[in-house]
Amino acid sequence: MWKTIVRRFLIMIPQLFVLSVIIFILAKFMPGDPFTGLITPETDPARIAELQEKAGLNDPWHIQYVRWVGNAIQGDLGLSYTYKRDVAALIGERALNTFWLSLLSVILLYLIAIPLGILAGRYQNSFLDKSIVFYSFVTYAIPTFVLSLVFLFIFGYQLHWFPTNGSVNIEHEAGSLSYYWDKFYHIILPSITYAILGTTGIIQYLRSEIIDAKSMDFVRTARSKGIPMRKVYSKHIFRNSLLPIAAFLGFTITGLLGGSIFIETIFGYPGMGQLFVSSISSRDYSVITALVMLFGFLALLGSLLSDIIMSIVDPRIRIE
Amino acid sequence: MKTDELLKINDLHTGFRIKDTFYDAVDGVSLTLRKNEILAIVGESGCGKSTLATSIIGLYDQNKTRVQGEILFDQKNLAALSEEEMNGIRGLQISMIFQDPLSALNPLMRIGEQIEEGLIYHTDLTSEARQARVLELLKQVGIKNPERVARQFPHQLSGGMRQRVIIAIAISCKPQIIIADEPTTALDVTIQAQILDLLIDLQAETEAGIILITHDLGVVAEVADRVAVMYAGEIIEEAPVNELFTNPKHPYTRSLFNSIPQMNSESERLNVIEGIVPSLMNLPRSGCRFSQRIPWIPKEAHEEHPALHEISPGHFVRCTCWKEFHFKTDKGGGTYELHANK
Repeated sequence: MWKTIVRRFLIMIPQLFVLSVIIFILAKFMPGDPFTGLITPETDPARIAELQEKAGLNDPWHIQYVRWVGNAIQGDLGLSYTYKRDVAALIGERALNTFWLSLLSVILLYLIAIPLGILAGRYQNSFLDKSIVFYSFVTYAIPTFVLSLVFLFIFGYQLHWFPTNGSVNIEHEAGSLSYYWDKFYHIILPSITYAILGTTGIIQYLRSEIIDAKSMDFVRTARSKGIPMRKVYSKHIFRNSLLPIAAFLGFTITGLLGGSIFIETIFGYPGMGQLFVSSISSRDYSVITALVMLFGFLALLGSLLSDIIMSIVDPRIRIE
Repeated sequence: MKTDELLKINDLHTGFRIKDTFYDAVDGVSLTLRKNEILAIVGESGCGKSTLATSIIGLYDQNKTRVQGEILFDQKNLAALSEEEMNGIRGLQISMIFQDPLSALNPLMRIGEQIEEGLIYHTDLTSEARQARVLELLKQVGIKNPERVARQFPHQLSGGMRQRVIIAIAISCKPQIIIADEPTTALDVTIQAQILDLLIDLQAETEAGIILITHDLGVVAEVADRVAVMYAGEIIEEAPVNELFTNPKHPYTRSLFNSIPQMNSESERLNVIEGIVPSLMNLPRSGCRFSQRIPWIPKEAHEEHPALHEISPGHFVRCTCWKEFHFKTDKGGGTYELHANK
C-alpha cells in the first residue's frame, strides 16, 4: 500500500507540470497586466513601461515560466502585485480562514444530509420521504447567491443576529478567547447557507443506496436470523449505503481548502474563493498560478485520499 | 397436531398486491412437516414454492403481501404473529438457507460476526462462548481452518465455502425447522453434491425438519423423504420420494420426469412441457390449472373443482385427469420437441 501511495505521488509531478504550463500560458494570455488597473489619466506611460520591464513582464513567456518555476521550487512563490505581500503567506492566511468556514459547513452539511437521506430511504414513498425529496430539489434549484443574499438580508441586516462581513471584528485581540468566538460567530451564517444548499447530492445518494440495500439478499439473511429491524438497519443497511459517501470523503477533505467563491464573496469573508476571484480580476499572476497549482494538487490528493479511505471501509477494495 | 408433526400448514394463501388487487401466488396449500424429515417442494419457476417458504418464516414485504390461512408451529399460528414475535422464532426455531451465497452475506462484515449475530439475540452466551460456538459451527459445516475463516470477509471465500457459512448461520441456534431455498442452484455440480451431503449429515445430527425447495429432481432423489409437487400455486401431487419417482401420477409430475434429458436414450430431442406457467394475474382460479398445457386431454377428464385424492397411503394427486393422461407423442400426434444441435 505504501508503495502505491509513493507511486501516486510521483505520478502527480508530471500532472502538476502540465497543469502549471497551461495555467501559466492562460494567465499571460489574459488581456491586461497587474499594472493596467493602476493607470489613471495622470499616469505617465513611461512609468508603467518601466514597472512592466522591472517585473520582467516583457520577457517571452517561457523565460518567465522558467524563472517562476525556479523560484517556486525554492519555495518562493513571489509577491502579490495587489497586496504587495509574499504569496505563500497570503494564501496560508486565507486558507486557514477558508478551512474553518468549510469545516463547519461540511459538518453541518453531514448533520443535515445524512439523517434526512436515511429517513427518506427507510420510509420510502411516505409523506416524510416525499417532503425530504421535495426539500432536496428545492435547495438544489436555488442559486447560491440568491439564498446567500436572502439570508444576509434577513439574519444580518434585518434581525442583526449575525455579522454581515469579514472574518473577525477588529477590536478583538488576536489569540484571546473573544477573538476565536468572534471568528466562529462570523462563519455561522455562511456555513448554514452552504450546508443547506449542498445537501441534495448526499440525500439523494443515501436515499437510493438505502432503497437498494433494503432488497439485498444479505439483508434478508440478516432478517432470517431474527434480528430486530432497527439493528438490521444500523448494522447492515446503513454501513453498505454509506460507501458512496465515503468515496467522496477524500475530495471533501481536500476541498476544505478550496473555498466557495459565491459564499465568500457575498459574505465578504476573506478566504480562498474570494482571493481567487480578486486575483484573476486584478491579473495578480503570482497568486493565480499559485492558487491553481494548489487546487490541482488538492484534487489529485483528494482522489488518492478517497482511494485510501475506500480501502479502509470496504474490505473488497485493497490497494495493491 | 399429532406429536410427530412439526409444522402444519392449513389452506395457506399468500397474495401479492398488483395495482390494489391481491393475487395469490400460494393458493390454498396444506402441508405437514414431520420431525426428522426432509420434505422437498418441487416445481418450475413461478409456481409459488419460494413464496411458500418466505410465508412460513415471515420474510415477505408486508406492504405488498397478504398472508391468509394457518401456519401452525409450536402451538402458534405463524401467519398471525407480529414482526417482533416472529423475530423470536426466526433464527432460533426456524431458519433459512438461501439460494445465492454470493449475495446472501454482508460484504462488509467478517464471517465470524455474521454467524455470531443470531447467537447474540437468541442466547445468553458470553462473548467468549459465542466465539467458541462460531468456531465449532464452522468446523461442523466442514470448514478446515475455522479461526482464519471467521476473520475473513465473504469475498475471500469460494462459493461452496460461502454456502457452508450460510448453513452455519442457519444451524447456529439449533433450529427445529430449516427452510432451504434452492441451496445448491448457484453452485458447481461437484460442490452441489458436497453441500447436499452436508445437509443430510446435519439433519441426522440435529434432527431438524428440513423443507427443501428446488426445481432439481436429481437433488430431490438424493436427499428427500417426501415430495410435494407445486404447480401454479397449488400442490398437485404429494408422495414419499420412492413412490413419486417410481409411480408418478399427475400429468405435470409425469411431464417433469419426461423432460429430464436421458443419457442413455437415442433421442436427439429434448422433451418439453407445452406452453408456459400462466402469470399470476392470468392464472385460471377454477378447474384444473394444468389443463391448458395438456389440451389434447378431453375436458371431461378433469374435475370441476380439483381436489387432492389419496390414491394410496401418503400419495395424494389433485384432479382426476391423471387417469386419462397420456403424452401427446404417445398417439403420434404433432411434434412439440426442440431440435437439438447436431
